[in-house]
This record gives sequence, structure tokens and C-alpha cells, in this order.
Amino acid sequence: MQRYSIFSLLKGALSGHQDWEPAWRAPEPKSSYDIVIVGGGGHGLATAYYLARNHGISNIAVLERGWIGGGNTGRNTTIVRSNYLLPENQRFYEHSLKLWEGLSRDLNYNVMFSPRGVINVFHTDAQRDYWVRRHNGMRYAGIDAELLTRADLTRLVPALNLSPDLRHPIVGGVMQPRGGVARHDAVAWGYARAADALGVDIIQDCEVTGIDMQGGRVTGLQTSRGPIGAGRIGLAVAGHSSQLAQMAGIRLPIETHLLTATVSEPVKPFIDTVVSIAATHAYISQTDKGEVLIGGSLDGYNSWSQRGSPARLEDILSAASEYFPRISRLRQLRHWAGVMDMSMDGSPIIAKLPVDGLAMTGGWCYGGFKATPASGWCLAWTLANDAPHELNAPFSLERFRTGAMLNENGAGPVAAAH
Amino acid sequence: MLLIPCPFCGARDETEFVYGGDAGVERPRNPETTTDEAWTDYLCFRDNPQGMHRELWFHRDGCQRWITIERDTRTHELGAVRLSRS
Amino acid sequence: MRRQPFRAAEGGHLVDRSEPLRFDFDGHRYEGYQGDSLASGLLAAGVRIVARSFKYHRPRGVWGFGSEEPNAMVTTGIREDARANLKATEILLSDGLEAFGQNAWPSVAWDMGGAVGLAGRLMPAGFYYKTFMAPTRGWSALYEPLIRRMAGFGPAPAAPDDAFYAKRRIHADVLVAGGGPAGVAAALAAARAGARVVLADENVRFGGALLRMPGEIEEGDGLAWIDTAIAELETMSHVCLLRRATVTGYYDHNLLTVAERPDDDVEPSTPAVRLWFVRARDVVLAAGAHERPLLFDGNDRPGVMSASAAAGYAHAYGVLAGRQVVVAGNNDSIYAVARLLRGAGVAIAAVADSRSGGGVPDLPCRMGWVVERAVGSRRVRGVLLRRADGKPEDKGERIACDFVAMAGGWSPTLHLHAQARGSLDYDEERGLILPGRAGGVNRSAGAAAGRFDLDGCLAEGWAAGLAAATSSGHERPVGPPPRSPNRSAGDAPVSWQVGPGKRFVDLQYDVTAADIELAAREGYQSVEHVKRYTALGMGTDQGKTSSMAGLVLLSEALGRPVARTGTTTFRPPYTPVPIAAMAAGLVGEGRDALRRTAADDWHEAQGAVFTAAGLWRRPRYYPRDGMEEVETIEAEVRETRGGVGIVDVGTLGKVDIQGRDARVFLDLIYANRISTLGIGRGRYGLMLREDGRVFDDGVIMRLGEHHFYLTTTTAHQHAVMQHIEFLLQTVWPELEVYASDVTEHWFAAALAGPGSRALLGRAAPELDLSDAAFPMMAVRAATVAGLSALVFRMSYSGELSYEIAVPADHGLALWTRLLSEGREDDLTPYGTEAMGVMRIEKGHVTHAEADGRTTPDDLGLGRMVSADKRGVGKRSLDLPALRQKGRRQLVGLSVIDTQARIPPGCQVAESSDMKPAPPLGHITSFCYSPTFGRAIALALVENGRARTGQTVHITSPMTGLSMAAEVVPPVFYDAQGTRLHG
Repeated sequence: MQRYSIFSLLKGALSGHQDWEPAWRAPEPKSSYDIVIVGGGGHGLATAYYLARNHGISNIAVLERGWIGGGNTGRNTTIVRSNYLLPENQRFYEHSLKLWEGLSRDLNYNVMFSPRGVINVFHTDAQRDYWVRRHNGMRYAGIDAELLTRADLTRLVPALNLSPDLRHPIVGGVMQPRGGVARHDAVAWGYARAADALGVDIIQDCEVTGIDMQGGRVTGLQTSRGPIGAGRIGLAVAGHSSQLAQMAGIRLPIETHLLTATVSEPVKPFIDTVVSIAATHAYISQTDKGEVLIGGSLDGYNSWSQRGSPARLEDILSAASEYFPRISRLRQLRHWAGVMDMSMDGSPIIAKLPVDGLAMTGGWCYGGFKATPASGWCLAWTLANDAPHELNAPFSLERFRTGAMLNENGAGPVAAAH
Repeated sequence: MLLIPCPFCGARDETEFVYGGDAGVERPRNPETTTDEAWTDYLCFRDNPQGMHRELWFHRDGCQRWITIERDTRTHELGAVRLSRS
Repeated sequence: MRRQPFRAAEGGHLVDRSEPLRFDFDGHRYEGYQGDSLASGLLAAGVRIVARSFKYHRPRGVWGFGSEEPNAMVTTGIREDARANLKATEILLSDGLEAFGQNAWPSVAWDMGGAVGLAGRLMPAGFYYKTFMAPTRGWSALYEPLIRRMAGFGPAPAAPDDAFYAKRRIHADVLVAGGGPAGVAAALAAARAGARVVLADENVRFGGALLRMPGEIEEGDGLAWIDTAIAELETMSHVCLLRRATVTGYYDHNLLTVAERPDDDVEPSTPAVRLWFVRARDVVLAAGAHERPLLFDGNDRPGVMSASAAAGYAHAYGVLAGRQVVVAGNNDSIYAVARLLRGAGVAIAAVADSRSGGGVPDLPCRMGWVVERAVGSRRVRGVLLRRADGKPEDKGERIACDFVAMAGGWSPTLHLHAQARGSLDYDEERGLILPGRAGGVNRSAGAAAGRFDLDGCLAEGWAAGLAAATSSGHERPVGPPPRSPNRSAGDAPVSWQVGPGKRFVDLQYDVTAADIELAAREGYQSVEHVKRYTALGMGTDQGKTSSMAGLVLLSEALGRPVARTGTTTFRPPYTPVPIAAMAAGLVGEGRDALRRTAADDWHEAQGAVFTAAGLWRRPRYYPRDGMEEVETIEAEVRETRGGVGIVDVGTLGKVDIQGRDARVFLDLIYANRISTLGIGRGRYGLMLREDGRVFDDGVIMRLGEHHFYLTTTTAHQHAVMQHIEFLLQTVWPELEVYASDVTEHWFAAALAGPGSRALLGRAAPELDLSDAAFPMMAVRAATVAGLSALVFRMSYSGELSYEIAVPADHGLALWTRLLSEGREDDLTPYGTEAMGVMRIEKGHVTHAEADGRTTPDDLGLGRMVSADKRGVGKRSLDLPALRQKGRRQLVGLSVIDTQARIPPGCQVAESSDMKPAPPLGHITSFCYSPTFGRAIALALVENGRARTGQTVHITSPMTGLSMAAEVVPPVFYDAQGTRLHG
């Protein structure tokens, strides 16, 4: 792998940047692989990378229907945090956050992880009790967490509206200082480049149309580029999890929903943290390019349309401009919607499926981007050992059978409610 | 923004409705004799099809009727619409 | 004051020369005319550098004519009034306008940031992915802050937008997007057919391309025909004409958004932007086409601009972009442009036509010649021309000029078609991407569909308008379509020059041809990868002028056909929409109306401090002179427990249930049995979700044989109603039960305390309140304080208590009459805090305990679940995880130190050290109990009931506080319930 650094850039400049190697190859698929990962988003590419790096398995292909990083990896609000309520989620996301912290150097690709702090503000006593309890619980899990006074909020987020005259005034907040944002596309590209360097075949424009099985065990896949044999298969296809699992005759506790996000035109920086508003389900940050990036809640019905309702935009933009009044002076540049794999309890599934040799990562709800490194790490472990790691053992499919739901917000088995 | 033809009230914006999920999910008639697997199928497991989906909506800001709609989950084109209780 | 050196002696159909206006740009004062855009005003004044580019800070001038403008972004106003990133081409000049260049210091004319450009070779596409990685936190600590300051275009906003914004939501038969010849013809045909038509165009005047270049319609001037057509449309009451209105988004089921910018100086009540949501049966997409750039070295220099824009400034504003022009291009439009400019007084230095052969005698044509390079840095001073088929060693010819009008052909505006999920077809021969199959109910017409001749545009627009009217059910006769003698457009062949130097594809983000080639070389070969790696097309112009060039360059670099490369997704909005317009009407109570109970006026007059309960507000406590909040709350508790208090419980959800099968149904929706209730009696009921978790609780009263009245928690009013209707309409449709949400119909107040019987006895003299006649959990109809009421004997506080419900209209009367009746009893109104203290003392659960994760057994309510009947959620209680040992159970915690107070959000732990380790549980509700003189809490604790009598620690690691507490049963107060009888 051609190493990236300021010196390689200098060298590139002297040669008019004619000598840069492809970041990854474009190989023809081989007839079979030890392990095939379906889905060339962050999760699938990370899985391949950790399989090669941590488990020494490099006869791997990642099959991507379109272009790598083209799904939710490139459509999210780029937030990275581990401020969860349930211990199972705390442990997993904290592992992920630790991987994030070293990721640029690990991959030799700047994913621009920026721990600028993730703040949640609340409005009522009940919300305060919940958020403070959640952050106190994080301390017990060894995760950084801070209680913020209104004075802290004034200092950290000068653009935030702390007026007591709001319909739902802000009474306080909590923060995970190590939380932050990263450059979403770079995560896919960085993992792809690093995995490719370890021998992984990344095959784009390759749609999986069937899963071959024999005697209750996977043997390969049917694809738009022909059949490909596989000793084991890992699914990392987010909103398409149900479709892929269906090819192996498996139903999942997942529904696919729309989630809208939007950016403003770029301006000079005035919001330096990530702020999530409890009253309105809007989360707000400003990108390095200068765009204010705003995410909201689901449209609320099964969809692959990738086109959200303008009503949701009205919701999140009015929320954003109520709590950050200065945002009202900006203009909306672009909006889009992700295809969200919403599980029935709001927590993911990283598990072996009831067909030998088949495992998946999915059901990501709002957590997919921040989970990318640990999701790949855990799925790689599960595929390599044919058994889950203790970090992902709770994220089984069986929990939906036994009732051991990891119900992060208590909403019950309604996918859109999480 | 869907325009949902409520059989009772006429065509209304989606914001007047609450989504109720897959209409094909049937509650077991005798829960006490139903296996855990069949019961949790009802609770949690869904076909989640890409394409036509028969689904429930509640006209919260209108007639308070539950209606059953066929909708393509890729394009949002609507098929048949009827009152669920009929 | 500067003059207008580049204003032609005459001409300009948009400007009124009798009304001069003054405006400032970067601190210099200039003059323009009423009707000018800021861009035309600046060009008239001879201002060439109006912006600096994003990455290299290169000087940039006006490029386009309207919303496609990639360069000329400015800020208007200063400090609090500043508005950033506005396109000078879209700003109407007004007297006293102050505008500023952006992304430059001290000014766009002289920008220190230009030094960055010197390091440009170190900054190819995606350079930041390759460096800034060391040390581990180097990116966020060192580099990112620097880069953040460099990035962004305009200044950060310093104040909220205080302008007035409005929204309008309408239905229409036909929405026509674009008011050029095709759009106006479509609107006219549809309107004559009888359709309700909305015609929206982003310019101040309808006419589209005719605003920039004259044309002939029906044997007369094209614009004059447009004016006549518009005048006819204006007489029709079923037509809505929107000027300066851009159709920005195309959504499901033919909902489109239109951002209208009414003229600012009409009247103060005119909104800055009016956002229309148009639900149209059919849509005609006639948004025209964007002119493409030519890709030569230095094609970003100030003075190099779109040929149709250069013509437009002359024709529409009487403004010359310079004195001497080189017109360059690959299609016939260059001749018309050159003649128009010559007619306006510009010297034509050369007309470089990349096609060989042909040419026209009246112009200095160079057939088969192309621009190799633009010369000059702060403004163009000339071009180097060379033969298109020449050898690399050909020297070419330098021609002096002070502006370049380039015509690279046209790209149809596909945005709305593509937003509607229509397919795109690539016409290889014409080098055009064209709208294919429609996504919504719409049709494209005119230049937006690849028709570039005027006659064709009129015919297509007319036909589309007719078809749209027909499809929406309107078929009145419309007469013959308008015609034009302009019947050929001379399509541009595909020709993208490939040469050396800085050839800019995306002017706004400084993406060059070399960047695209680099991306392709490095493996970023999907068109979406290229966009994301280089930022191509991600600017505020949404790639209107750059996307086609980028696509072609990428295809060439990869050696594959354009059709296979595909396009990036067209994401709405088409042009940026003010966030304040999207938010209009939805801030504050506009989003969440405040719900007030019938007695709210009294609470307010009393100076109550309110608290939010969902959308309701409820009195938190009633302040007293000289007393702190905590003292007041303690007093409210003491006086209620020792005498009598009254609390407004009007916010509880209330449901009226009637029907032959009501008893069967209530047994199904509650975990405990309801059907055995006698008439006139009530029962506490527990609702489960199907997954076995506690959903809601309340009281069910039986009012008649088949008539029940039940309460829900305040938070779950709507959810319970939805749940009931779901079960009735989809699960058990055979049951004859009618449920009505009567929350708003009733007001309710509770009298609580040992003195409540005496007070109610006086207020309702005919009611027998003896235990025998009116036992606990009974309901009676009665006249209370002269009002017809339902009286329930039940208790939340743990004291003898009556809840009195009256129709909401009588709520305030009931409240005030009870208070005046209670004066001799020292009746104490109490708020939610005192209510909360009493309910914690009594161990009642709320949503803090029933948080969606807890089972009845977790909450100590396992006995309530009837073993001998079916019900929602019961089956789930048999799932293994819900029966597992070690679940968190509800307990009471009694803090040992009487001085200690519990902070919010505490955990429960074995030790007080607060070191990382799994905690035992968490506090759900807490208070200082004036009754027990110490802090108490309810908590969910692992195996909690078995820990009764043990000491645990209530901890708050973030504040460092902890305190020891004894585990006790959750009912602290009067566990035997003797006080319920007064």
C-alpha cells in the first residue's frame, strides 16, 4: 500500500499527482472465497478489514451492489458517541469509540474523527432524571460523561437558545466529551483501501440475487456477476437485511424506514459541538466545510424510497431554528433520506443466523455510523470463530424469541418507535 | 408526503395519520396454547417486503378509523384502500 | 459615487432608467437602476471581482444570469442583518443595498487568502484524506480548527432571521414549473381548457430565455406575446401566477414546494419568502436548460462567462460585460450572441467556433478554432486561440479582449423530473441527458426536454399543458397553438476540450479537470465517488453548470460511455430555501399548542409556577410570600395530609366506553379483571403492551349496564385511545364496543385529606358520604357546588379523597366554588410537586417506574394479573426472559442521613466508591418527604425485594454525591390504608 503522509503529498505535487495508485483494486470475482461479505458499506468493509487483520483470513470478497459507501455510510449525520443507557449498548459502543479514536492512523487514511463533544439538552424534570441517570450510568461503565449547567451550555454552545420563554425551555444538559463526528465517506474508503491492501477483493456493481445452501449450510451466492462460492457469508446490508436473509429463508425482526437529514449552505463556524434536542428529536452539528447538518426522526413507515416527506423537514428545521435561532438566517441546501434498518427493540443484531455459515450485522436504527468499527470487528470475530464475541453476544436474534429485548428507549416492539 | 385516501374522510396528508405496520400480522387466536416461536413471530418478526405492502394506518386527526392500505414501499404508489373493520 | 461606465446608451427591458438607485459593494458606492439585479449593477459599474473561490481563493466574476450562478455569492447587510451566500444574480437592486464579497480578507479584490492558491499543488482532490493524521489527536487538535476557519463561504449568522415568512398549502390541477415560452404556452393551454393552474417562474418577469435573447412569436416580438398571454392568464380566477417563485422540490404523490420571493418593498406585511406546498394533479416541467461551460485553462478568470448570460445582461439590463469580446463555442447560438452584443456596442474580437466549415460573413469567425487559455489573472485580458484539430506544437494566436462569452451547449434542467424519480436517458448523438419515463404524474416540455428551438418549445409546451389539463379532467376548447419562425436551434455536438492547465469544472468548489482525472486514477470511479471525493457539484449552485462536464470528463478518464457512468442523485431543493421559511408557523406554540385545563385561568391569576406535562401545563406549586419553593411544597403536603387540599387533575386522559361487549373488551385490555365490577363501582386497572411490559394504568368506573368511564395517564391519552381502537377495529372487530376520547369534555379536581369529607358534604348536601353509602372506589352522580358532577371516591395521595368531574365548561366554576366553600377548612390548592411527594410516599408508580421495560412483577404488581383470563400482553409474561431471576424490582429507599437530599438521575450501588462496575439499579422517583423528615426514593434494584432491610448507596458519579439508604417496601405511608377512610 502506498503510504499517505504530508511527504507523499509533496512527492505527488512534484509529479503533478500522476503517480497516485488506486486506493483499491477492481478485481474480477474469483470462483470462491473463504468468506464473502455482502454489502460494501462501512460495516461490510470494516468486517473484511478486521477479518484480514485480526484473524489472518484474507481470502475474502466484499460484494457491493452499487458503489462502496453508497448506502447509509454516505447518508448519515456522522455522529460518533457511546452515551447509551443499557449496559450491553454501552460496552459495545464504547468499544467502537475506542476504535474510532485510533482509526485514522490504523487505516493510514484520515477519517477526520473529531471528538468535539456530544451534548443532549433536556426540558423537563422527567427528561432531566432520564438523561442524568443515563450519563451517571455511563460513568459506571467507564465512559466519560459530564453534567452541564445552563452556564456550561452558554459557554460551550453560544448559539443555543436558553431563553425561559421557549415553548419547551432548556433546563440543562449532559455531555459526552469524547463523542463527536467523523467524515462519513472516508470511513468506507479508508477501510476499503486498508482491506484491499491485505488482499481483500472489493467487487462493486455486483448484486447478490440468491444464497446457495446445502444441508442447512451456506455454500455460495448467486450474483449479477455469476455464482461465487463461499465457506461463510456475512451480511452487512442495513436496510436490505430482510431481503438478503429471506434468500436463506429467514425472517428478521426488522423493518426498513426513512430517515431524513439536511444541510444548510456553508458558512463560517459557529456551532462547535454536536447538540441533540430532547423536545424535538433534532440533532445538530456544523461540518468542517461549514454546513449546518441536521438530523431528525423517522417518517415512520416502511420505505426504500430514499425521499422523505417535506413535513419532516418542516419539523426538524423549525426545531433547529427554535433552539439555534441563528440557523433561521441560513438556507437549506440539500436534503436526503437514509434507508434505516429498524429493529424491534432499537438495538442491533450482530449474530449467527439459523443457517450454518451465515451471520449478519444489522438492525442499526440510529446507531449504524458510530457502530461501524465495532460492528465490523464483532462480525469478523463471529465469522472467524463461528461464535459471537462477548461484546456482541447480547445482540442475538434469539433475544426476540426469549423476550430479552434490549429496549433502549422502552418503546416496545414497534420498529418506528425507536 | 403521502396523500392517503381515507374511505371515511377523503384524501388527506399523511401527517393526519399514524402508521400501524404490517396488516398481514395476525394475533394468535389462542395465545395461551401458542408456542413462544409463534407468539414472538407475531410480536417481532416481519416480512418487510420491498414492493407492495399491506399495512395499517390510524386516522388520528380525522375519523379515528384504522384503515388498510396497499402501498409500494419503493415508490409509495398506493393500491387498494379500505376500512380495516369491514 | 461612481458612474455606470458599462451601461449601454439604451436597451434593457427590465430596468427603468428614470429611477437610479445607489448601492454599496465592499464599501464602495455605485449606481444602478430600478430593475437591476446586483449582478447587472456590478457589471454596469465595471466591478469584475465579486467573489473568491472556496479552496484556492481565486478571484471570480459574474458567470451566469440566474440561479445557476456558481461564482457571485455575496453577503448583504452587516452584523445582525447580514445574509450570507446570496447569489448576486438573484438579488434585486434596492436603494441603499449594502453587499459584501465573501471568503476573503480584507476584500475580494485584495484577498490575503489568495496566498493559499500558491500551495494549490499540495491540495489536489481529497488531499486531506492523505495527511493530518499524526499525532493521534492531531486532526481535531491542530488541523481541523484551522481548516474550519478557512472553510465556509459567508459569515456565520449573528442573529435570528426576524423577517416575516409565510406558507400556503393549495391544491391545483396543473402546476407549471418555469415561465419561459414552453411554460407560458402550457399554462395558457391548460387554463383555457379549464384547469386550475399555478404557473411559477424564478424571474421577475415571465419569458425565460426570451428575457436574455429576443425571439419572434406569432409574427411579433416574443416577449410581447408572452406579456399578452400573461395578461390573459391574469384575468382568469382559476389561475395563480407566481413571479420570482422557484419550484424547489418534488415529493410523493405530486406534492411540490415553491419558494416565492415577493418584491421586498411592496408592504411590510409581504413575506420575505412565501413557501407554497402545491398538491397538483399534473405537472408540466418547463424549467429550461443551463448553458455549459467550455473547459480551457483559466476558464474561471473574471470576465469569462456564459454567452447567454452576457447576451442577457445586454438585452435585459442594457449592461455590457466589457468592451471587447471573444465569443467561443460549439453551436449556432454564438452568432446570435455576437450580433446582439455588437448591436449593444461591444467590439467583437473574434468568434471562435469549434466546428469546422460554415460560419457567417458578418462576424470575424474562426471556424475550427477553440480557446486554449484565458490570459490575465485579476481579469481576463485576452485569449489564446488554437485550431481544434491542430498539433500540440501549434503556437495558436493571442487575441485581446476584456471578456469571453462561452457557449458550450445546453443541459436540460432535469432536477424536478429526477426528484420525482423519473428515469434519465442519454442521447449520445446530441450529448444530452434527457428526461425519460416520468416518476410522478408529470411531463417535461421545451428546453427541459431537449427542445431548443422556439417553435418547438411553444408546440411542446402547448401540448403538455393540454395533456395535463385533460388528465385532470378539463377539456374545454383552447384554440390553435402559438407558432414561431425560429425553428432550428443548432444543437451542440459533444465536444469537451482536453488540454493542459487549470480547467475548472466546478467553479464554486474549485474542482478542476485534473481533480476528476485524479479521482478516477485513484479508483474513485463511480460518479458518486467522484462527487464526494472532489466535492464536484456539492456547492450552493447544486452543480447546475458543472455536472455534465464532470460526467463527460469522468467517462473520458475511464474510457467508458457516458450512459454507463450515470449521474449523481438530484437532491432537493433545486435552489437553497431559507430555513426560516421552512420553519414558518412551526415555532413555539405553532408546533406544540399549549394545553390548559379549565381551571388554568385561576392558577395563572394565583401566580402558580407551572410545569410541563406533555403538552399540558400544570401548576407545579403555588408560591407563598416569603417562602422558598421547597418550603412551599412541604407546606402543601402537610396541609393536605393534616387538613384538606385540592389538586387539578383535568389533564388525565378520559375514555367513555359503551356497548354490549364493553365488559368483555375491558377484561381483554386490562391485566386484571374488570367485568366483575358492579354498577357505581370502580377499580384500579393495569394495561400491558403485547410484549408484557406495563403500558398504562388508571381507574375504570362502571356507570351503567354497558357504560364505563376510564382514566389514562396524562402522557398516554392518545396512545391508549389508539390502542383501544386498534384492538376494536383490527383484532376483535366482532365486539360491539364504542370508545370515545372525552378528555376535553371533562374537568376534574381531587379533594384530598381528612377534611375532604366535611368540605364535600357542605358542597354536595344531598350526597350521603358515609362509608356505608359511599365506600372507597365508588362513583356517584351528584350536584356539587350547584353543578352536575360525577364523584369518585378514590385516592392517589393516600388520604381520604374524592375526585369530582364536571363538564369542562363548568370546570372553572367548580374549582372556584370549592375553593370559596373550603375557605373555612383552610383548603390548600396543591401542585404537581406536592402530588408527587404524596404519591412517592404512597408508592404509586408513574412512567418513571413503568418506563416501557418493566413487567407487572418488576413493579410489585404481579398479583394484579388475573391468572384465569386472557388479555393483551399476558402471553408474553410467560417468555423466559420475563420470568428470569435477577430482574430489577421496585423498592423504596429511605435515606439514612436526614440532612441529605437526593440529586437527579442517581444510580443505586453496593458501595459508595462510584468506580466502574455494574450498578445494582437506579432511582426512578425521589423527593424530600416532609412526612418522614428525610429524603426517600423509589428505585428499580436487582433482586430488590430480597434486599429489604439492607443498606445500599444512592450515587451520582457526575456530581460526586452519594448517600446510604435502607431498602424498604415501596409503600412508605400508611401501608394498611387506614387513612383512606378519613
